[in-house]
Amino acid sequence: MTTAVKEAEDRLLLSGNEAVARAAWEAGVKVATSYPGTPATEILEAIALYPNLHAQFSVNEKVAMEVAIGAAMSGVRALCSMKHVGMNVAADAFMTYTLTGTKGGLVIVVADDVGLSSSQNEQDSRYWGRFGHMPMLEPADSQEAYEMTKAAFEISERFATPVILRATTRVCHVKAVAVVGERVEGPKAEFVPEAARWVMVPGNARNRLPLMAARDVALKAFTEETGLNRIDEGSDRRVGFVTSGPVATTLREVFPDAPIFKLGFSCPLPIERLRAFAATVDTLVVAEETEPLIEMEMKAAGIAVRGKEILPRFGELLPHVVGPAVRPLLGIAEPPAPAAPAKLFPRPPTLCPACPHLAVYHTLARLRKKVVIAGDIGCYSLGAGHPWGALDTCVSMGASMGVALGMDKARDEDDRDKAVLAVIGDSTFLHMGMQGLLDITYTGGNVTVLLMDNGTTGMTGGQNHPANGRDLKGAPAPKVDFARLVTALGVAPERVHVVDPYQLPVLDRTLRQEIATPGPSVIITNRPCTLIEAFERHQPYHTDEDACTGCGKCIDIGCPAISVARRETAVRKNGREVELAFARIDTAVCTGCGMCVNVCASEAIVRDETAAKEDCRP
Amino acid sequence: MSITNILVAGTGGQGVMTAAEILALAALAHGYDVKKTEVAGMAQRGGVVTSHLRFGEKVLSPVIPAGEADVLLAFEAAEALRCCHELRPAGVILVNTLRLAPPVVSTGLFAYPDDPIASLRATGRTVYAFDAGAIARELGEIKLINTVMLGAISDHLPFPQDELKERIVARFRDRKPELAEANARAFDMGRAQARAAA
Ligand SMILES: Cc1ncc(C[n+]2csc(CCOP(=O)(O)OP(=O)(O)O)c2C)c(N)n1
Ligand code: SF4
Repeated sequence: MTTAVKEAEDRLLLSGNEAVARAAWEAGVKVATSYPGTPATEILEAIALYPNLHAQFSVNEKVAMEVAIGAAMSGVRALCSMKHVGMNVAADAFMTYTLTGTKGGLVIVVADDVGLSSSQNEQDSRYWGRFGHMPMLEPADSQEAYEMTKAAFEISERFATPVILRATTRVCHVKAVAVVGERVEGPKAEFVPEAARWVMVPGNARNRLPLMAARDVALKAFTEETGLNRIDEGSDRRVGFVTSGPVATTLREVFPDAPIFKLGFSCPLPIERLRAFAATVDTLVVAEETEPLIEMEMKAAGIAVRGKEILPRFGELLPHVVGPAVRPLLGIAEPPAPAAPAKLFPRPPTLCPACPHLAVYHTLARLRKKVVIAGDIGCYSLGAGHPWGALDTCVSMGASMGVALGMDKARDEDDRDKAVLAVIGDSTFLHMGMQGLLDITYTGGNVTVLLMDNGTTGMTGGQNHPANGRDLKGAPAPKVDFARLVTALGVAPERVHVVDPYQLPVLDRTLRQEIATPGPSVIITNRPCTLIEAFERHQPYHTDEDACTGCGKCIDIGCPAISVARRETAVRKNGREVELAFARIDTAVCTGCGMCVNVCASEAIVRDETAAKEDCRP
Repeated sequence: MSITNILVAGTGGQGVMTAAEILALAALAHGYDVKKTEVAGMAQRGGVVTSHLRFGEKVLSPVIPAGEADVLLAFEAAEALRCCHELRPAGVILVNTLRLAPPVVSTGLFAYPDDPIASLRATGRTVYAFDAGAIARELGEIKLINTVMLGAISDHLPFPQDELKERIVARFRDRKPELAEANARAFDMGRAQARAAA
């Protein structure tokens, strides 16, 4: 994609994320912020392609939120997008900004990973609307994502409140047809000082509480009349549905004749309209992802509904889930279950060929008995899996620091036989790891930190960050020096090491030395992720079959380019039987990093000079 | 008008999502309503990837209801087997015979099925099995596999195969005419395979 504006034909195939971006641009957004996170990442990446606005990935969601708040305080429209768990980080900022109320429209786009395809938990962001007294809009597909984003800005300015647009993976990542329009420029930024409004000290904040309560009342009236909430008629009145988001399309697919109350503006609920709707059907089913939120509020209002006693409390409400749960209410016999899937080997995701993390986990797997490894979130979380099994915890962004420190502080003198290690990625360290490291140095924690600097945010597809010298658009940017940063945070300079992870023996030696020495230390690995430009591709390697002795050492690295060509059982001179595994390297995926050459004592891994390079894929 | 449901399956990095995207754009250009959704976690790192593509007059849910896929385009043999139960009994399977063993198989924890193609045929569905990699290599470039696969599905779509071919070739015509030519040939050879290999 070049500049996204040029594609402005009327029918576009857009993902929900791209539709939000398009609408935000058309709505005149001046500042858009985010921190990457599946399934929200592409919202900001798409916005960044439009002109006349500033887009940035901030170091974390809280800062992103504050940047957007600053812009909105100045009277321009701003958007802040993130994945569901980002809201936990950003909450401190927006839970007070909802009290001051906004000036320029502020839309918070939160993407819930319903079904947990790529997250550490599955939390329901609809609670934030209630918790923060903020209206919430829930699109079902790309067209609605586009329309509701525009509506969200209108509502935000009309009621002077931040508005949450809640999407789910099944909106963000689904491509569907959307009809779009053109940009309308907003006002120029002008911050007007008004201490009673913007300075939330107790005396001022107290005065805002009644104003927020009055806003709640106005929003209750609005939800009863807005066209964002609508009834999708159906002739079979035996079972009707209340729903929001993409579940609406599922219900229509499975129950073509059922009346459906579709909540587009789902917080606060249009309770009186729902009550009236309930009276028109025999049984009312609330189908919501994921918690029983609408269900509880409707029941509290005295409306009889069925909900989570027939539908699951977690995971997506897909056709094969909703159908069998609701059909019994209609007395419809369940169609025969489709054939069960074939029983097959699993195919879990794994690290890329040449990924620098391979070197770290290969080394850690060898130290396994000597260390406890507090982990963090990123591609390197895969170190917990096969074949390394070298990661013991994964909680939240940056948690490796605090968790490692807690483990260190909890133990008594006599159980200090194991070293405590923390493993963290570069983007995660900048997000929320720095503070934890400061806690380690401040309290003299006996923790060895492995900071895996691969020059990017790999997990989410390779976004730039403040330590790789590039901004969002790839232009040169100031670059933080990790070695100096961690020294400034209190790690003794002689305890900071920058290591090329492909040099496996050096990494191994440095690690052993640091875990044997008390006090905080940081080992920074410095090879780039294979997704980014800084990664150098070389001619691939292949194995010389005559030279390979079947020792299997290169296979242990866990590089997906290396597999077992054949196995043999051999009898050693001393009579012991050994299992041999002869290696094969897939030259189509090998990038020639040479990590495995380090472990091959027989010099059986040699360059393949014949393989081609140019990419001719469509 | 009915909905066409296409399932594209393979492993991370094989180009499943790109293939589904090109099919979706061709269906859109033909005038259909289109929805496409990926069922994938951390796709780029070797896991299972499946993409659901639905098009027709009006598409509701982006997810193909269980057992209602019309065509399966599989980039890897075992992955075809993994999801073939999602097809209608009369569904068509276009499968690359490539066998990709993940580390859990190559290190001996699990076994790869002996003959996944035979198991696919045993389901009673129409199976077109071919070695897309061999075709691509014959054309001098293994990375043409994607286009071979798209050629293979081109006769099993409710719109003319030329519209799909044009979508692919147009991506190269200005930038790299020699690659446009190579892709056109890969497409034709894939197409021929999925007719001959029945
Ligand atoms: C609060 C929060 N925000 C965002 C994410 C999504 N996320 C998971 S890991 C990660 C960053 C990974 O980058 P890095 O630490 O550099 O490790 P890499 O993947 O490159 O190995 C992101 C953005 C998250 N899980 N939680
Ligand atoms: S995307 Fe980068 S960091 Fe992630 S596994 Fe691949 S090479 Fe490693």
